[in-house]
Amino acid sequence: MTRKEEVLQDVVIKFAGDSGDGMQLTGSQFTNNTALLGIDLATFPDFPAEIRAPQGTLPGVSGYQLRFSSDRVFTPGDECDVLVAMNAAALKSNLGSLKKGGKIIANTDGFDQKNLRLANYPDGVNPLLDDSLSNYEVIKMDVTKMTREALKDITMGVKEKDRAKNMFVLGFLYWMYNRNMDNTTTFIREKFGKKPEIMESNIKVLQAGFNYGDTTETFTTRFKVEKAKMEPGAYRSIMGNQALAYGLIAASQKSGLSLFLGSYPITPASDVLHELSRHKAFGVRTFQAEDEIAAITTAIGASYGGSLGVTTTSGPGMALKAEAMGLAVMLEIPLVICNIQRGGPSTGLPTKTEQSDLLQAYYGRNGECPMPVVAASTPSDCFDAVFEAVRISVEHMTPVIFLSDGYIANGAEPWKFPKSSDLPAIKVEFKKELAADEEKFQPYVRDEKLSRPWAIPGTAGFEHRIGGLEKQNITGNISYDPANHQEMVRIRQEKVDRVADYIPLQQLDSGPETGDILVLGWGSTYGAIKSAVSELQKEGVSVSHAHLRYLRPFPRNLGDVLRNFKKVLVPEINNGQLIKIIRDQFLVDAKGYNKIMGVPITKGEMKEQISTLLQK
Amino acid sequence: MSEVLKTSVPTLTPKDFATDQEVRWCPGCGDYSILAQVQKVMPGLGIPRENIVIISGIGCSSRFPYYMNTYGMHSIHGRATAIASGLKASRPELSVWVVTGDGDGLSIGGNHTMHLLRRNFDINILLFNNQIYGLTKGQYSPTSESKKVTKSTPFGSVDHPFNPLALAMGADATFIARTMDRDPKHLQQLLIRANQHKGASFLEIYQNCNIFNDGAFEIFTEKSSKPDETLFLEQGKPLIFGAQQNKGIKLDGFKPIVIELSEGHSPSDLWIHDERDFYKGQILVRMFEDPRIEGHLPRPFGVFYETDRPTYEDVLNLQIEEVVATKGKGDLDKLLRGNETWTIL
Ligand code: SF4
Repeated sequence: MTRKEEVLQDVVIKFAGDSGDGMQLTGSQFTNNTALLGIDLATFPDFPAEIRAPQGTLPGVSGYQLRFSSDRVFTPGDECDVLVAMNAAALKSNLGSLKKGGKIIANTDGFDQKNLRLANYPDGVNPLLDDSLSNYEVIKMDVTKMTREALKDITMGVKEKDRAKNMFVLGFLYWMYNRNMDNTTTFIREKFGKKPEIMESNIKVLQAGFNYGDTTETFTTRFKVEKAKMEPGAYRSIMGNQALAYGLIAASQKSGLSLFLGSYPITPASDVLHELSRHKAFGVRTFQAEDEIAAITTAIGASYGGSLGVTTTSGPGMALKAEAMGLAVMLEIPLVICNIQRGGPSTGLPTKTEQSDLLQAYYGRNGECPMPVVAASTPSDCFDAVFEAVRISVEHMTPVIFLSDGYIANGAEPWKFPKSSDLPAIKVEFKKELAADEEKFQPYVRDEKLSRPWAIPGTAGFEHRIGGLEKQNITGNISYDPANHQEMVRIRQEKVDRVADYIPLQQLDSGPETGDILVLGWGSTYGAIKSAVSELQKEGVSVSHAHLRYLRPFPRNLGDVLRNFKKVLVPEINNGQLIKIIRDQFLVDAKGYNKIMGVPITKGEMKEQISTLLQK
Repeated sequence: MSEVLKTSVPTLTPKDFATDQEVRWCPGCGDYSILAQVQKVMPGLGIPRENIVIISGIGCSSRFPYYMNTYGMHSIHGRATAIASGLKASRPELSVWVVTGDGDGLSIGGNHTMHLLRRNFDINILLFNNQIYGLTKGQYSPTSESKKVTKSTPFGSVDHPFNPLALAMGADATFIARTMDRDPKHLQQLLIRANQHKGASFLEIYQNCNIFNDGAFEIFTEKSSKPDETLFLEQGKPLIFGAQQNKGIKLDGFKPIVIELSEGHSPSDLWIHDERDFYKGQILVRMFEDPRIEGHLPRPFGVFYETDRPTYEDVLNLQIEEVVATKGKGDLDKLLRGNETWTIL
């Protein structure tokens, strides 16, 4: 039978099912497949709050949103074109974000009496059977039945067989979007190499899903999205936490310092610990500590010994580390503290995203305790941003906070990965000899950056003692002298301020240098701001976008950048944190847009906010 | 302690281990004796000064690093053990010592102490036990005896005290010992033993705080009572004590009992100390009776238990070597490229 092939520019698919349905895996496989074709993409995995909420219920729904396009994309999309609903709860909780006229691929087996009841549909109501979905194109498939059918020759329990259901859907989507399935079959072979039965059943079901599309005459159209026009070069797909881990390894290699990670498992940061633990071949030492405090203090011990000490965590862990961060500020040794932010306060919304730890990063310690702060704006930017965090930390002898969040940590995008030879070297000098004008070693003498020498244990003649008590300038001996304390507080602040001389000036991401409105963002709001601003610019609106990587200190020219605009809008996934600092430092009457719902700001919301502020 | 470090060390004296910093403990504090003994034994250990690191937390004892001319860190309350763990994991060739107290190491830092012992880092923990919070001017500590009247317990403490060595035993420490500030010779011997042990050494040192808890250990340290109240453990020797060396400990089932050697018992009836006996070690650390109670057992001093177990840092570093041997040294370009790439022309 002949079939049409329709070329699309931009598609958003949401894979939704019970958390046991393997939707994350299905989504990430389809993502890799898409990436390999040179199509641009962005993803947004949306995990349920509970690891295993009761099966079939609304809280148990796990989602994975993928947007892919032949144009450049910067967000996973506000609405989806296709919704894969493995059960009634998945349909119910995601229908709101499906475009009118969009497709629903529904697993009919997930809409039986029990599932409908668990999804809180009234008795006797089945959305697949009434006309409530008449605005959409509904593709009904009994995935369970067809999966079992495909495996009828394999001796395996029914439960085991049903686990391959997601592969059926994936196979069907591969057919629908005209794909070759090689990457997934290779993946299955590698993953289940030791369990031939599971391997075989997954591949069979994947093929069955593909064949189902191919042989069933109801499906008349296949779709295709062309390659995106991206900068020439070699690409791969990367997730934020993975990029963060790679950035740390790269920085370790480029500085010649061996990497030590002290970490305590916490959502959504644990994947960095997992990833780094796999790379012992780079001499990476990972230490799963007994608690968050040990996680940072072991890293301090390692740094003191001349390693690159790193700790990774999320908000609650940051809170526990505060005192130790203060110690690192007093010791003036390198240390990188990575906070993958999540919804707070307290345990808050562990699996949801938020940018609400910026003020904690700035001020959340006792005493005057300044530290540089760097934030990543996209999944792949985690690589560059953490590399910078390490550079600043090592070259300026100071602990540095790196901020990411759940959204970019788990999101994926294509990455034009660098060659190691293109990465800059990070300069490290251990103190091993006295300079011509030095009579004896003084641990708190400073260079032009105000950083002090790093003399590590094992270096003869440089034995010295450091600690958390206030120290005398230059000698480092304990000092309770009032004037000295004031001077040391000033020096520690000035040292952080001077980092501004060693970072790039703030550039505009897009738009004119002066104009009506500047949108100033930081972190994971990058994609939404960029997309909204670019659309408005096409509509002729005078709007510019600046996105901060360096949050403390700010680039030297930031004040001038801000003053070139009549209005400044600061969108944040918090109750207004960057805006406080901006107003404080630059006396600019910036306006905030604050969405604190555990999910990213959408492009649509962003456009609306900019337009509203313009009209005011 | 690695063999490599012992070679070609210039002869040092205790003075070489002293710093120019004025020692600021209260006059008469037991810490002075401990500092003196540590400075005395250090030259004999054969470790170059630059390879010694002393890490402390917060408390009177934690001032210690400032007075030792080695590398040192006076860190934050309770975390010395964790900082030392990170240092040792990444620099296994260093000789790492932790100086902590009953508050620092057993209260606020109890968690890290326990985990350091379990992991068996080759670190020497010197726990100065004075059964009081000295630096904060006299509140009861987790090792203070129950009913103790202090600033924070005017009606007497209702807490049950920790038995530090039983805690160490419970955490699977591989070297467990006790000594006291007032017995310099014994203290020196045990410092040497702690250092010789490859693995985590837990050395509890009874230390008199003459300001806030004077005489806490008097019964064990004063000439008049010491012989009858203390039991000095020696490997392979029967457990004998008493001014006339006329009393001994015998095991009655699992229960240690005191017998008089004059009453027809001979030393061969007694418990023979074996530091390597895990089960007897458990009983020994439990000989912790309140000396205020009539008929109590004497308090043992010496090495209670020692065993060999691979250290955390050795296993960690071996694992890295093995991975490098099988997979080759990490290649950054290979890592960044990953398995699946595509090219845009
Ligand atoms: S308070 Fe007690 S423990 Fe502290 S220095 Fe004075 S005597 Fe020593």
